[in-house]
Amino acid sequence: MSGCCTPPPFVPPTIPPQNASLRTVVLIGPPNAGKSTLFNRLTGLRQKVANYPGVTVEQHMGLMAGVGREDLTLIDLPGIYSLDPFSEDARVSIDVLRGNMPGTPRPDVVLMVLDSLHLTRQLMLAAPVLALGLPTLVLLNMSDLMEARGGTVDALELARELGTPVAKISAVNGVGLEAVSLFLHSQTPRLGALPLSLPVLGNAASTHAWAANISHLSGYHAPLSAEKSRKLDDVLLHRIWGPLLFMAVVIGVFEVVFSIGQPLSDGFGVILADIANLVRPLIPTGWIQSLLLDGAWKGISSVLVFLPQILLLFLFIGILEDSGYLARAALIADRVMRTIGLNGKAFIPLLSAYACAVPAIMATRTIENKRDRLATILVTPFMTCSARLPVYMLLIAAFIPNTFYLHGFLGLRTIVMLSLYLAGFVGAMTTARLLKSSILKSSDAPFILELPQYRMPTVRSLSLRLIDRAHVFLRQAGTVILCVTLALWVLAHLPVVQGPSGSLSAPELANSLIGRLGHFIEPAIAPLGFNWKIGIGLLSSVLAREVMVSTMGTLYGADADTHAQSLQAALHHDMTMGGALALMIFFAFAMQCTSTMAVVKRETNSWKWPAIQFLYMLVVAWCAAFAVNHIAMAFGG
Amino acid sequence: MSVLNELKVGETGVLVALDLPESVQNHLMHMGFVPDALVKVLRRAPAGDPTVYGIDGMEIALRHETAGAIRIRPVAATKAAESAEGLALIEASL
Repeated sequence: MSGCCTPPPFVPPTIPPQNASLRTVVLIGPPNAGKSTLFNRLTGLRQKVANYPGVTVEQHMGLMAGVGREDLTLIDLPGIYSLDPFSEDARVSIDVLRGNMPGTPRPDVVLMVLDSLHLTRQLMLAAPVLALGLPTLVLLNMSDLMEARGGTVDALELARELGTPVAKISAVNGVGLEAVSLFLHSQTPRLGALPLSLPVLGNAASTHAWAANISHLSGYHAPLSAEKSRKLDDVLLHRIWGPLLFMAVVIGVFEVVFSIGQPLSDGFGVILADIANLVRPLIPTGWIQSLLLDGAWKGISSVLVFLPQILLLFLFIGILEDSGYLARAALIADRVMRTIGLNGKAFIPLLSAYACAVPAIMATRTIENKRDRLATILVTPFMTCSARLPVYMLLIAAFIPNTFYLHGFLGLRTIVMLSLYLAGFVGAMTTARLLKSSILKSSDAPFILELPQYRMPTVRSLSLRLIDRAHVFLRQAGTVILCVTLALWVLAHLPVVQGPSGSLSAPELANSLIGRLGHFIEPAIAPLGFNWKIGIGLLSSVLAREVMVSTMGTLYGADADTHAQSLQAALHHDMTMGGALALMIFFAFAMQCTSTMAVVKRETNSWKWPAIQFLYMLVVAWCAAFAVNHIAMAFGG
Repeated sequence: MSVLNELKVGETGVLVALDLPESVQNHLMHMGFVPDALVKVLRRAPAGDPTVYGIDGMEIALRHETAGAIRIRPVAATKAAESAEGLALIEASL
């Protein structure tokens, strides 16, 4: 869905700070140490958190309202292993930390978040960070988990060794956060006392030796390794069961989206139609009623009905991300990714593109090799994002019979849906192969992937995701889709014509302004099995894919022939089976999303790439739809 | 003297040196691949490559050719003074 990761611009605090020289606090630490979870606790905001390294790829700012310090700005940063940037997201962190990031204030105080489960290695980051000379509080996150697994550390002794305060916390459970308040309260900006001996900076071996020594002196004993994670991996990464389970999970997700989601959506649609019927008598008949109910409401509700299914899909993606399975999927996929010239790491953004391409393109910042990153950005929009779901759902429900195979386990509708997802994936892989063997050729970048331990996703984190997603969806319906449907209604009712009795009335849809526009482009899409009405839908869907559905809703509402019919039934006036299949495949490949084009422009720093991408995907979509329509016609569809 | 990708699943080696470009080498060292560290082969991905290595209590996946540039020596030749964990591992392997 478009617009899902454009947060409102950050407004710096207007309250005069209590201490004029202490305003900005920065969170830093290795990847997947829990910085964003702590950020959400301290600010009361909701940055995305999940269980894999590289979730945060840019800096986020917020006021520390969660601990009553609205006068302080907290900056959350992508995780880093050292102060030598290895990838684009790490460069962001280092620039902010050094005060070299335009638009981001130079930090006054550092909160360093370390994962207590792997403290020795995580302490390596302490050396360069402490050497910055900023007052620093070291937070040993997940200390409850470490102690539960039999690990120990003497925080006081560690503080003495590091020359800076240390506190044990648990960001997930909100334990120990008073240490942060106390530290910020007592902190008068001054140079933090430096540790007695810092290693030679930039030399990884000496830094490691220093970290090992410090962790030894502070009595750190690592907890037992997570046997549960390893046992789970024995199954999930098994030679045979691993890939099979992966397939089963994917098929299962779509079965559930249909078998549970479809009745939910149908029920939701009935409620939305009832609302219109309840309101109808309250609005005077005439063009206002027509505009509001047949134009705007019909258009918006035709998209809104898909909310339950989209939320179900997001629930599954959330479980995959929070449990730590995503990194395993990348490991399984590396072999396939390598044949197309990319590595398994590119698979993580590609998988998250099943939700939305915009954050997925941002997530490519974790890919170290620049050419690999550009190739991944260029193929990401082929992945089936959730905005395509309403279009697929509508067409499948309208045209594909609800038959089942294998004793009811596998539905024909699921098969069609899976084929569309597969088509998008194949489109992405083929394009990547073409790019990597031509203009973006490069030597194989090394694949280095950290596997996080499995964690049980919490109800709180999953429900927050769903609430945020529903919010984005409703906002989109209330802004972009509302405007488009209103504009369409107006264009469908102009120019007004004089009826036989002399009264003014709306023209036949075919003669309206929008009808004429549709007829104008019809020759270009007629070979695909689309008529002028579908053409109007395609034009409006360039803004965002799901607008297609609301457009058809508004058009049919404005047409006397189909006024009283459901959207599914009305579609049969304009399309054969061949046209419907062609339309689905067109949506699988075409780049119809202004938000994605904007983010590609931002990440590649030029309009060249989004323009090439748009044209390329349009050509692929047109050719594929042409082929599908003609094959279907040959079979008598 | 051998390289990491020659180890079988379940075997452990002691890291000697990394023959990789400096930026990659630096990155790996910050992930725990430093000389004298114990590396254990935990499992291979379903397709046989990449391989998951256990180091410093972390699980890190590397491809065959990257692991081939990491020189190791057998555990038995190690000074038994590394760490308690190292000792336990050595005893287990003997």
